[in-house]
Amino acid sequence: MRASGSAAALGLGLLALALSLHLAGYDAMTALGSLWQGAFGSWYALTSATLVRAVPLIIIGLGIALAFRGGALNIGAEGQFYAGAIAATWVGLHVAARPAPVAIAAVWVAAALAGMAWVAVPVLLKLRFGVLEVISTLLLNFVAEALVSLVVQGPLQERQHIYPQSDPIAEAARLPVLPGSRLHAGFALALVAAVVVWYLFARTHWGFKLRAVGAGARAAEITGRIDARRITAVALLGSGALAGLAGGVEVSGVSYALFQNLSPGYGFTAIAVALLARLHPLGVVATGILFGALEAGAGAMQRDAGVPAVAVYVVEAVVILVVLLVDAGRRRPHAGRKAHAMRLPA
Amino acid sequence: MTAPDPAAPVLELRQIQKRFGSVQALCGADFTLGQGEVHALLGENGAGKTTLMHVAYGLVRPDAGAVVLAGVSRAVGSPRIARRLGIGMVHQHFTSIPALSVAENVALAAGWPVTPEPLRRRVQALAERVGLPLDPDLLAGRLGVGLKQRLEIVKALAADARILLLDEPTAVLAPGEVDELLRVIRTFTASGGSVVLITHKLDEALAAADRVTVLRQGRVVHTGPVAGQTTASLAQAMIGDAEPRTAAEITEAKTTLRESAGMTGPALVRLDALEVPRESGFGIAVRHASLVVHGGEILGVAGVEGNGQRELLRAVAGRLLPIRGKLEVVGPVAFIPEDRTTEGLIPELTLVENVVLGSRPGDPWLRRGRIDWGLARQRTAALLRDFAVAAPGPQARASTLSGGNQQKLVAARELACAPRVIVAENPTRGLDIRAAAEIHARLLGAAAAGAAVLVHSSDLDEVLRLAHRVVVMARGVVLPAGPSPTRARIGELMVTGAR
Repeated sequence: MRASGSAAALGLGLLALALSLHLAGYDAMTALGSLWQGAFGSWYALTSATLVRAVPLIIIGLGIALAFRGGALNIGAEGQFYAGAIAATWVGLHVAARPAPVAIAAVWVAAALAGMAWVAVPVLLKLRFGVLEVISTLLLNFVAEALVSLVVQGPLQERQHIYPQSDPIAEAARLPVLPGSRLHAGFALALVAAVVVWYLFARTHWGFKLRAVGAGARAAEITGRIDARRITAVALLGSGALAGLAGGVEVSGVSYALFQNLSPGYGFTAIAVALLARLHPLGVVATGILFGALEAGAGAMQRDAGVPAVAVYVVEAVVILVVLLVDAGRRRPHAGRKAHAMRLPA
Repeated sequence: MTAPDPAAPVLELRQIQKRFGSVQALCGADFTLGQGEVHALLGENGAGKTTLMHVAYGLVRPDAGAVVLAGVSRAVGSPRIARRLGIGMVHQHFTSIPALSVAENVALAAGWPVTPEPLRRRVQALAERVGLPLDPDLLAGRLGVGLKQRLEIVKALAADARILLLDEPTAVLAPGEVDELLRVIRTFTASGGSVVLITHKLDEALAAADRVTVLRQGRVVHTGPVAGQTTASLAQAMIGDAEPRTAAEITEAKTTLRESAGMTGPALVRLDALEVPRESGFGIAVRHASLVVHGGEILGVAGVEGNGQRELLRAVAGRLLPIRGKLEVVGPVAFIPEDRTTEGLIPELTLVENVVLGSRPGDPWLRRGRIDWGLARQRTAALLRDFAVAAPGPQARASTLSGGNQQKLVAARELACAPRVIVAENPTRGLDIRAAAEIHARLLGAAAAGAAVLVHSSDLDEVLRLAHRVVVMARGVVLPAGPSPTRARIGELMVTGAR
């Protein structure tokens, strides 16, 4: 039922893409064909383009699912990703002498902590002043992007001081890759993270409390005696940590350096990833790969069919809208009952 | 003041019927508002007062009956139409938009154009004309309670209303503000307007109204001039002196349980000079309450909404932290909250999940931070069986259950742990007779098994039927109703707060 809804959302998204390409005067079939080729057309395309892009989408998407399930809307994953990337780069530049596992662990831990610290500001604002996290996390994205721009022209700029980017991180801090491809060990991390988050939701008491708070904070507090504010805060912190970790994985597995526009909007696309998966951690793996394929195929489409890569955002937008509409439709009879009950007391 | 002239009715409600789901809110209610009169509408919670006025205001469409304005039968399909017909209403809850200014809120209600300067002047003139000065530029959210109320009245009068419906307007006001409101009402009626005043406060009704109508369970049980009435006679009319209407509901089994229960056991709840804040966090709801509840005893707590009984019960249930005083409660405590769909359970989750939601430390399905869902499912299935909850199975969503079955699920979950103390708020609200009887039997059974039960109900019959002992809460003070209290006695304590 839920999976079929998601499939329908995706189908409608692709249809909208085809239609808008056609209306804009492109040959839709050629364009979609090159999109497919670029995403799944070869072993190399699958591993080095699609899955490499899926890694940050999956890891951030898990974080989004964690926050949304806990009743908090984290729209700031992009900023948390960059905070993680900055920390990872800084640590990665300073761990040359360490053995690889230690160096990589240090990079990842630093990235996760930085992402958590970045979201800690909205968390504190929410707890102390009731500031909506939707706004505070969103706005901090711009701050993070400005911060990247600052550090790559300042403290972290490469030795020549010419390009606005960092030096490459130490060899020891770089992730091993699958031979013959660019797919790095971060993919395994993403899969492990998905299983861990799934286990958290499905099997642990804490994960259940988190879901209860997201589904009905008042009942969770009154019946379950759960401290909803605390749960929501921890969910947001975990969400930030995952987004930060994704930044660290991107630096240690793909770019090996920090620069502006390191992320093609992973933090936002991951929201669509999480929503399309209905916030289910294992579903996030599937939808993450799907959106990774779209991102990868978009490049091929631009190259081979001359269609601007941003056209694939049509798919993203339609997917989000359809999923939200389906959910709203499902809720309506329930909301109707509530309105009815509210009129009852005389 | 022009003499009220009930012979020239401006508003007549004839034989109004309205049913909400399984509840008959109004059964053939008649109501007549005369020109220039203040008409008090009294009744217990749930008697149908607000619903009746919502019919006149177009918020509720009656199943049968007619709304007659100045002798002409009208279909009042929406509040917009009501306002066009000269009816204004002030609701129990504030309906202003906090982020808009006073003037903008008035414009929104009256349908005036929002051109800042003319609107300012217009609103200011209006406020002064009705005798309720207001700064048109202030944000509605910044107004204090009294001024918010003032804004509501100004809004209701903005569209040249000739009929004003006031739903418990004084509930939130300080005494001085009440006097001011009554003065405004007098000014309004003196200029030919007519007012319906819904209230719980009998002394106010006596002081302000020309005529009074009393509703009980959706029927008009009294209507007539205020002259000659006393608070006692009105309370009597509100509450009625009939024997419990539902004698037939009480089964043999319940009667025997009732008798075997009530043997006083050890003190399981002990309150000493307890003060509890309002749920909103502002102000004190329970003042200096001292009370002991013994095992085997059902204590009924009566009170008009907002007099502290909710907070008292929640403090005992451990859901609200007292400010000061001593509170000793022997666990485990079961709590059946008033609103099952927002507090008692989470409709989106499954029945198993809702059972796990009420987990207590030491529940068998909790395994060092993990949840054994298999075991929880078995326990839930057993609970559904034992409490005869009609449900497709433990994995069904709670939202798919009927209200009665949802409530049975809540009761099943809470009573499963063999609680020593049970706290129940309106445990049978909205339930049909059979489901209500089952819940009653459970509470009586638990008391018979030695639990101390505290139960509040807005339905006085329910309190009297269940409880061995009754206390009344009025303005935060706990008043014992004495041995074998009558409905009239309790009603009087509820509304007057006098000992």
